[in-house]
Amino acid sequence: MAEQLFQRDIYGQTLVKLGSVNKEIVVLDADLSSSTRTNLFARKFPDRFFNFGVAEQNMMATAAGLASCGKTVFVSTFAVFASGRAWDQVRLAISYNNFDVKIVATHAGITVGPDGASHQALEDIALMRALPNMNIIVPCDGPQTAEAVEAAANHPGPFYVRLGRSKVATIENKGEFKFGQAQVISEGNDVAIIACGIMVSEASLAVKNLAQQGIKARLINMHSIRPLDNDVILKAAKETKLIIVCEEHNIIGSLASSIDEVVAENFPVKVIRVGIRNRFGQSGEPQELLKEYNLSSADIEKAVLANI
Amino acid sequence: MANKQLTIEELEAKAKGIRRLIIQMLAKSGSGHPGGSLSAADLITALYFNVLRFNPRDPRWPDRDRFHMSKGHCCPLWYAVLAQTGYFPEEKLFTLRQLGSILQGHPDRKTPGVESASGSLGQGLSIALGMSLAARIDKKDYRVYVLLGDGEIQEGNIWEAAMASGHFGCSNICAILDANGCQIDGRCEDIMGLEPLAAKWQAFGWHVLEINGHDMRQILAAYEQAKTIKDKPTIIIARTVKGKGVSFMEGVVGFHGRAPTQEEAQRALKELE
Repeated sequence: MAEQLFQRDIYGQTLVKLGSVNKEIVVLDADLSSSTRTNLFARKFPDRFFNFGVAEQNMMATAAGLASCGKTVFVSTFAVFASGRAWDQVRLAISYNNFDVKIVATHAGITVGPDGASHQALEDIALMRALPNMNIIVPCDGPQTAEAVEAAANHPGPFYVRLGRSKVATIENKGEFKFGQAQVISEGNDVAIIACGIMVSEASLAVKNLAQQGIKARLINMHSIRPLDNDVILKAAKETKLIIVCEEHNIIGSLASSIDEVVAENFPVKVIRVGIRNRFGQSGEPQELLKEYNLSSADIEKAVLANI
Repeated sequence: MANKQLTIEELEAKAKGIRRLIIQMLAKSGSGHPGGSLSAADLITALYFNVLRFNPRDPRWPDRDRFHMSKGHCCPLWYAVLAQTGYFPEEKLFTLRQLGSILQGHPDRKTPGVESASGSLGQGLSIALGMSLAARIDKKDYRVYVLLGDGEIQEGNIWEAAMASGHFGCSNICAILDANGCQIDGRCEDIMGLEPLAAKWQAFGWHVLEINGHDMRQILAAYEQAKTIKDKPTIIIARTVKGKGVSFMEGVVGFHGRAPTQEEAQRALKELE
C-alpha cells in the first residue's frame, strides 16, 4: 500500500521551510488556516501571517498590495472561494499587475466529499486558466505538493496551486519535478493517459489493469496546466493516436480543454475526457463520489477499452 | 521627497493648472471621466505638492509614501499631477487612451508613479492595506494614501478592507473620500444612500475628518492631523462638487464619464484662466 498523505499538511510544512529562509514570504488566510494548514506558518512567523476573517476579496487585493512592496505572498482558502468569490480581485490586482502572489487553494474537486456542491470547486482551473500571466500547478500527491509550492515561491509572477482535502496516495517513480514539464510515469504506445492531481493515482491503477489485458498505456502526470508541456502532448498524440484525459474538474475549460486545443491545432487525434460532465457535485464520501461521477480507475479503464 | 512646500495661493494656482490639463487631455482623447477628476483635483494637488514623500527620478524608492487611486476612472487627474511633479514629460498627457500609450484609460503599472492597476471599483483600499502591512513588516515609516469615490464605496470589498484596516490598527493609512455626491446613474442619495458616512467609518474603527474638499487650508490641516493619529486609520471625508471649476459641469451627473467637446473645452478653459 502506497504512502497516503494530506497535501495541505505538506503545504503548511513547506511554507514553514520556505519562510525560514526567505523573509519576504508573507502568508494570508481567510478563517480557514487550520484546514489549509497555513496555521503552521502562523505559529512560527506570526509577524508575517495575517488572518482576514471571512473576506476573500479583501484578502486577494491586500495580497496584491503587499506584493507591490516586494513581498512574495501566499494566499490560501478553499478553492471555490479562492477562484470564484474573489475572481475580480485575482484578475485585476494579481494577474493584470503580474504580482508575486501565490494562491494555494485547498479542498478542490469532488473529493471534498460530504460538504457537497457548494464546497466542491469543479471549475476553478477554468477560471484561472482564462487569466493571462497566471501559472497553474496541480500536484498529484504529497511530495509533489512540496515541489509545486517551492516552484511557485521561486518563479516570479502569480500562481494558482490546486490541492485536495483528502489523503492521496504517493505516486512512485515519477522522476524529477520540473515546473512546466510533464512527467512520463509509464511508457506505452497503445494509448496515452494524461492526468493531474488525484486522478494520477486513479489512472495508475487503470494502467496496471490494462497491462494485464495486454494494453500498454503511457501515463503522463501533467502537473503544470500552465505553462503546458506541449511537446509531451504532441509526442503522445503522434505515437499513440489516442489520448484519455483524466481530471477532477468539469470537462470544460481545464486540462482536457488545454490538451484538446494543442492537439486540434497541431496533430488532431481522438481525445476522450474523463472528468465531471458539466454537473455540480453533491454530498458523499470521496470514493463514492469518484464512482458516481465516473472518475474511478474502472471508468478510466472503460474509456480506454471503448476507444482503443 | 515632496517638492518645496507651496503656499495656499500657489497650491490653488497649481490645482487650476491641473484642471486645465484634465480638460485638455480629455478633449484630445475624446473619452474619459472629467467629473470626478475635477472634484478631487484640490485634494490630490495638495497631497503631491505639499505632503507626499517621493522621488520622481526613482519611482520605486523603497521609502516613498504610497498613493493609490482606487477610483481609477479619475486617472486623468493622477496623470496630470504625475506629469507636473516630474514623473514623465507633459506632452505624454496628450497620448491618453491611445493605442500603445503609457497612459491607459484606467491606471496601469506602465505609467511611472502608478503602483497598481485599478478600474474595477472597490479594490483600492485593500491594495493600500497591503502596502500598510508591508511597512509594518519592514518597519518602515512611509504612509499610504488612497483616493476613494463615494459611489465606489457601495462596493462590498471596501467594507471588508475598512473592517480589516481598523482591526489591524493601520495608522499609516490615510483614505481620502471624494464625496461629490454623484454617480453614473444619478445622485448617490437616490441610487444607493451612503449617509451617515462619518458614523459608518467610525463604527469600523476609523478616525474620521470631514472637510470642504476644495479648501486648501482645510485639506492641508486634515493631512497633517491624520499623521498624528495613533492605532487607527484615518479617513478624510472631503465634501466636493463633481466637475468643480467648470460651471457647466458642476453637479452635472452627465459629465461623470463624458469628455468635453472641443467647444465645451474652450469654454471650460476660459473659466479656468
